[in-house]
Amino acid sequence: MMQLEPIGPRVLMEGSHALAESAVQAGCRFYAGYPITPSTEILEYMATRLPQVGGVCMNAESEIEAINMVWGAAGCGVRSMIASTGQGISLMQEAFAEMANAQIPAVTVNMCRGQADYFQATRGGGHGDYRFIVLAPSTVQEAVELTAEAFYLSDKWRNPVMIFGDFLLAHTTEAVQFHRRDERDLPPKDWAITGAKGRRAITLTPLGPAEKLSTDPGKALVATAEKIPKMKAAEARVDVGFLDDAEVAVVAFGCPARFVKYAVRLCREQGLKAGYVRPVSLWPFPSAAVAAAAGRVKALAVYELNAGQMIEDVQLAVLGRVPVVPIGGVSHDHSGFGVGPALEPESIVRRITEVYQGKGQAAA
Amino acid sequence: MTGERSARDRGPAAPPGLTKVVAATPDLLLSQHHSLCPGCGEPLALRTILEVIAELGLRDRTICVGGIGCYTAFPSIIDIDVLQALHGRAPSVATGAKRVRPDAFVFTLQGDGDMVSEGLQEVVHTAARGERITAVLLNNGVFGETGGHMTATSVLGQRTKTTMAGRDQEAHGHPIRIGELLAQLDGTAYVARGAVHTPAAIAWTKRLIRDAFQTQLDGKGFSMVEVLTMCPTDWYVDPEKGPAWLSEHLEATYPLRVIKG
Amino acid sequence: MARVPATVTIDTETCKGCVLCVAVCPPRVLVMTTAEVNGKGYRYPVLLDGCTGCELCAKICPDFCFEVYRGEVGGAGVAGVLGHGRGAGAEGSIGGVGPR
Repeated sequence: MMQLEPIGPRVLMEGSHALAESAVQAGCRFYAGYPITPSTEILEYMATRLPQVGGVCMNAESEIEAINMVWGAAGCGVRSMIASTGQGISLMQEAFAEMANAQIPAVTVNMCRGQADYFQATRGGGHGDYRFIVLAPSTVQEAVELTAEAFYLSDKWRNPVMIFGDFLLAHTTEAVQFHRRDERDLPPKDWAITGAKGRRAITLTPLGPAEKLSTDPGKALVATAEKIPKMKAAEARVDVGFLDDAEVAVVAFGCPARFVKYAVRLCREQGLKAGYVRPVSLWPFPSAAVAAAAGRVKALAVYELNAGQMIEDVQLAVLGRVPVVPIGGVSHDHSGFGVGPALEPESIVRRITEVYQGKGQAAA
Repeated sequence: MTGERSARDRGPAAPPGLTKVVAATPDLLLSQHHSLCPGCGEPLALRTILEVIAELGLRDRTICVGGIGCYTAFPSIIDIDVLQALHGRAPSVATGAKRVRPDAFVFTLQGDGDMVSEGLQEVVHTAARGERITAVLLNNGVFGETGGHMTATSVLGQRTKTTMAGRDQEAHGHPIRIGELLAQLDGTAYVARGAVHTPAAIAWTKRLIRDAFQTQLDGKGFSMVEVLTMCPTDWYVDPEKGPAWLSEHLEATYPLRVIKG
Repeated sequence: MARVPATVTIDTETCKGCVLCVAVCPPRVLVMTTAEVNGKGYRYPVLLDGCTGCELCAKICPDFCFEVYRGEVGGAGVAGVLGHGRGAGAEGSIGGVGPR
């Protein structure tokens, strides 16, 4: 559980700006980014805000350069962040995978267009065995809290953490409250590269151990692999509702989950016993909560704005116990950024109703 | 200094009546043992760099950002902090490090495949921004670690595993003189090209490295030293012919000189 | 003109037989072994009489095999590995030894 102390008054802020400010409040002092919709406002905010607190914001000349600048700053022990959208995240994957092997902490943000980067975020995305902890806020306030949490988790595990947002999150304005987290249990960053004054020199590398005169390239890979079950056991997060007597539960994440929650309430008003399971961590996926819901309902509906990605994690959690029915899909407006017609609550209610009536087509 | 010393330092006793005037290894080299080829020039460049760092008293605040190549064997045997980067990305990693630790002395150590092939964009932008770091290029005109393939600096006529009939401008294009290219950028304060094929060249190159490092210490902007090194293995010559091959084939394309500053 | 006594020690087990030192030695007092090889299978240099302590071998060696020693001007000469002047067929020794 987070231990939180409020910082300052509630303020009205656009999602991107609130997320960025939360990072600054959490001690982020380096940001590098490349303009790309819908993440650009984070870069804009940091360009003005970070110098105010003695930090550095780099408008880098490519995504690859940006993430490697973050590598440098974070490798020196400074809390660092980067944001982009799917295509930019694709460009960063080599660095992501190797930062995980080098055990360099950082907070990464995907302001996704639609929700089709779920696999990219949760299955590594790059090469090798690594995983990022992936947190998917559904409101701007939750984004503020999860961003602060992300810096903490990243330092705790010495592993990058990803905030999985979207166009709606980036551009929705809400009243938010910032909090300070108790971080006294975090160890000092004795692995950071600072110049070897007063101590033995070290190497920070994805290719082997930190000690000099030591070559064991497999050591870093083993450490990465060993971390996965530990993070999995400790960091799953979920939000559930209306499950006590639910006959259909809808699994959804991110801002679309707000629409699903609203649709579930509309269903309840019509006498339809719907509930929801909202993964807050996409990795580790809250399999236990989904399995528990599966034990109570007749079917699980999965709502995601893509061709079917999270649904595989739902199927794995359920193992055939109940039908798992996709009710989302690829949905874009004319801008291509993912705020599509599928997000109409009436349409979601209709699809939940179909599943309730046994008319939905279960996923293979 | 810290770190284990190699057995070499506990080696043969000094001949009586004589003073040791040159130690086998520079102070900041933790071990003489490396897996680089007979006649490789990269250890000679490393020795020179470590001597300058020691002479300028920089060990305690130096951050070496290493690229990926044969020289990636070096971080483990040097008594300075090393931040290992990915192939081509060292200038960007160095940027992040220097921006958050402006009092550190930050230099990259990269090969020609790393800097001029994979990392051309990174080094050009880093130089254009005038980042106060020093880039050190070990240029032997070939991708050594992967077994000897053409890079952006391989010279016309040069045989490599991907240009076995010799690099041909029609099929393979022209090499890039990265030193001259970077010198055109306003953010670049010092660019020079040296070599390690003779003791005289090594001595001259040591001065270039010192001047480049001083450029960073004086806060003047981006500095770079390109060091031509021997790679007899991938030049298909005997190790003792490496220096001559460098003179005859690399120097014509890459003249040894101070290019800017 | 008085000579400065000088010699080098050679770590022949680390040597990789690149021969750069032989080429660079001005008095030509380094010769490679012919029949002998070190533990890694490389031929290695041995030192004859006449080392001037110029340090060039130490500068050109990529494997850090040389240590250079010098004494006072006019001091006792330093014999090379065979204890006498230039000669061929040097083999089997670790390198410079003290005056005999």
